[in-house]
Amino acid sequence: MESLLQAYHHLAVVFLMMTGFYIMVAYDNLVKKLIGLNLVQVSVFIFFILMGKVGGGSAPILAPGIEAYANPLPHVLILTAIVVGIAATALGLALAIRISRACGSLDDRLIAHLERDED
Amino acid sequence: MSGQLLGCALLTLSAVAAVIIARTDNLFSAALLAGMSSLLVAALFLSLDAPDVAFTEAAVGAGVSTIFFLTTIAATGRQYAYAPSRRVPGLVLAAATGWLLFYSMLDFPWLGDASLALHDHVARYYIEHSAAEVGPPNVVTSVLASYRGLDTLGEVCVIFAAGVGVMIVLGRFGHSGRAGQSSRRGEE
Repeated sequence: MESLLQAYHHLAVVFLMMTGFYIMVAYDNLVKKLIGLNLVQVSVFIFFILMGKVGGGSAPILAPGIEAYANPLPHVLILTAIVVGIAATALGLALAIRISRACGSLDDRLIAHLERDED
Repeated sequence: MSGQLLGCALLTLSAVAAVIIARTDNLFSAALLAGMSSLLVAALFLSLDAPDVAFTEAAVGAGVSTIFFLTTIAATGRQYAYAPSRRVPGLVLAAATGWLLFYSMLDFPWLGDASLALHDHVARYYIEHSAAEVGPPNVVTSVLASYRGLDTLGEVCVIFAAGVGVMIVLGRFGHSGRAGQSSRRGEE
């Protein structure tokens, strides 16, 4: 039972990551691609936090009478990664707005087409 | 055990949200579903004993990033992503990569196994010494602000660079921005 639940956690993480990857590959719309990138990021966060879990432990806030704590190191890394991820997303969205202003479209095939026409 | 069942339920819900995001052509609902999925993941982090990460994910992942996506959709005025043009190569790539990842994950150690080497070195040191060496009872705070303070400084640099980048890209730098706009009007 335990091993089934564990396999299910990993399967769900991989599934989330691959859904985001599929969105990034399959869709032409740049905003949609960024939403897919966000899904990939979130799945990596889940994977790290799963590794930091300690059975029977509590949150890493020191208190008398608690023996086992979750591993604080993945938490710190993921805190940093969340903030860096939103910074990257913001820059990507700004580029999307700029591209839409310049080309009148967010469709990457159409934009590539426009560029070829200019050449 | 019950915590793992709760985690499975939350993961299932966010996977369902991800599937709907992959299938819908409406960008507005995709952005809102991505925010909802982030909120579910924040609840999952809380059940995995990571309250700090849960707060940050709820505020940044579910709040700020949804606002950014909605602002972009409003600013570009484009609410629909037309049907995927590379559906078959995307599915094949995702299935192959996903199978490889899951296959390698089968060798991973048990969830919550306290005897892992992962929980032994710096993590144990932080838990045992941070109260005496740094002070706050929250170990994550001590590590973020003191032991790994240089990393946090780097993070601040990244945010600063991204902010400057967004301003340059959107042409919000006062004079130069207006000059850029007028030159573009000239081209038209």
